[in-house]
Amino acid sequence: MNIHEYQAKAILKSYGAAVAQGAVITGADQIDKAVDSMPGPVWVVKSQIHAGGRGKGTFKELPPEAKGGVRVSFSSEEAKANAKEMFGKTLVTAQTGAAGKTVNRLYIEAGADIGRELYLSILVDRAVGKVAFVVSTEGGMDIETVAHDTPEKIHSVAINHSTGCTDADAATLADALALDGTAREEGIALFKALYQAFTEKDMSLLEINPLVVTKDNHVQVLDAKVSFDNNALFRHPDIMELRDITEEDPKELEASKYDLAYIALDGDIGCMVNGAGLAMATMDIIKLYGSEPANFLDVGGGASKEKVTAAFKIITADPNVKGILVNIFGGIMRCDVIAEGVVQAAKDVKLSVPLVVRLEGTKVAEGKAILEASDLDLIAADDLNDAAEKIVKAVKGN
Amino acid sequence: MAILINKETKIIVQGLTGKTGTFHTEQALAYHDTQMVAGTHPKKGGQEWTSDSGKSLPLYASVAEAKEATGANASVIYVPPAGAADAIIEAIDAEIDLITCITEGVPVMDMVKVKERLDASSSRLIGPNCPGLLTPEECKIGIMPSSIFRRGSVGVLSRSGTLTYEAVYQTSMAGLGQTTAVGIGGDPVKGTEFIDVLEMFLADEETTSIIMIGEIGGSAEEEAAQFIKDEAKKGRSKPMVGFIAGRTSPPGRTMGHAGAVISGGKGGAEAKIEALQSAGVTVSPSPASLGDTLVSVLKG
Repeated sequence: MNIHEYQAKAILKSYGAAVAQGAVITGADQIDKAVDSMPGPVWVVKSQIHAGGRGKGTFKELPPEAKGGVRVSFSSEEAKANAKEMFGKTLVTAQTGAAGKTVNRLYIEAGADIGRELYLSILVDRAVGKVAFVVSTEGGMDIETVAHDTPEKIHSVAINHSTGCTDADAATLADALALDGTAREEGIALFKALYQAFTEKDMSLLEINPLVVTKDNHVQVLDAKVSFDNNALFRHPDIMELRDITEEDPKELEASKYDLAYIALDGDIGCMVNGAGLAMATMDIIKLYGSEPANFLDVGGGASKEKVTAAFKIITADPNVKGILVNIFGGIMRCDVIAEGVVQAAKDVKLSVPLVVRLEGTKVAEGKAILEASDLDLIAADDLNDAAEKIVKAVKGN
Repeated sequence: MAILINKETKIIVQGLTGKTGTFHTEQALAYHDTQMVAGTHPKKGGQEWTSDSGKSLPLYASVAEAKEATGANASVIYVPPAGAADAIIEAIDAEIDLITCITEGVPVMDMVKVKERLDASSSRLIGPNCPGLLTPEECKIGIMPSSIFRRGSVGVLSRSGTLTYEAVYQTSMAGLGQTTAVGIGGDPVKGTEFIDVLEMFLADEETTSIIMIGEIGGSAEEEAAQFIKDEAKKGRSKPMVGFIAGRTSPPGRTMGHAGAVISGGKGGAEAKIEALQSAGVTVSPSPASLGDTLVSVLKG
């Protein structure tokens, strides 16, 4: 789960991290009050959307010469004008896709007197199974470009779980970022605080780009991007409250209510599969046969009849779907449960597109019997190849 | 020979009394009399679990007690995500040799904690978020559908549960059969990596070819490719077929498994396919032709 920059900063601040003074705007009528609550002399107006590249982004409704999604203003009038121009508009960045995202929230922040821009992130390094810091003196730019062009400028420090971020770890990070004096002391405290926030709140990514050293040698968190481990949200009701559902695809939102892993794609063959790997492979084989999948959908291991019915309804609600492929290789998932769900759902939604069903594995005979006993007009497939070939043919034939 | 599990393996079920644990323990008992010897439940020690078919197993309050009483050397975990890490640690503390965690949805931070404990122990963990492992006609741990297996010569290892079944099914249909199939699981932090299982398959005389199934995300496939190359230089190699799921997956989106995501330009399918091919692995373009591809590789 992703959250907004201002929410991320509030969490980090609660752990003692230095962030600038700021005010949140969730309605156009709040703009004047928010700007006036800040002393100046510099106001930074930042679009709050769940995507990066905001500064270089463009607004769909504004002329091309208009400024981007993060604007520095040198008077309160200018800040108010900027905020009013940005609020409610659609921001398109390198990460939003062509459709862009509506700016429903703005964050006004006091400007910082920037000396140096650094990069810091914390993530789980899966190769060693540890939480790790990744830092670079080359902040404020695309870190992937830095990693590609000058890999020697990226430093990684893995942290032992039992000790946490030690003085020695923090000193290594401070050295890597060339911090000295006050900035070094503040940096060492900051690294420990960030590690604590990351582990206690079950984050999956914490990225600060840039982390700045001000001209008077203090460190400050200038931007913050935080994602959480969805598997751990059950123990963080406070974090779940930060979810902004306006940032999510409506179909994916509906799927999440039923605990289904669903991702909307651009093709015309709807897929319902058990297991993430098989679901990806099913998408791959549809493409091999010359068509495109309309979605990724993993019904998971212990799916109930209700869950399967919900999955079916979500797939058929997509107007692009011209045919459906159900591909189930039952292990923990029982084919009879899937078959019952498919029969029920096809009746409920009055299915009007071709349906290919491939069942294999646990309770396959029972599953096939349920499908045969129903009066559903479906195409049975023997294996994965057969299934892909049949659905692509059925859809192209229409 | 097979690897990891055989007729002698004695298994404790952690989370036996739940619906999932019950169903799959019945299946395991029915599979060539896999030695499921006990279950654990903190409050039901001293009681008995009885299956639909009338078989019963003793329940103990802890893994240590169950091990002491039965001489078990393996455990399988079906407990819900919130308690899975504690269940693994309990099995590590009881010095169980082989721990398999089927549970899906274990928080990553819990696994970071488990990993440190595991590294300091002599236990091996398979999973979490995995289908388990199976040695045909000898032993079944986990949730794999046993009807698709056939005793034979192929070692199967996979990050994806259901794709493991595809590989097993297709090698059975091709008449090759399997020595052992191991699903290592799709989570970012797990107990056993490809390299660990590849090492065992290379060392196992009965295993004469290998199918390895990876997916997008992380760099475990690239590391496996490097391992295969290094071992080949030492004269250790076996015919191998690979498959990478997620060729058509968009970057930045997590595809169901917490581990399956292309991020920061890393973890994409093409780089993994190239790495495997450069190590001499024949990569099947389709998940439906794993068996056929292996047959043609073996024919030379």
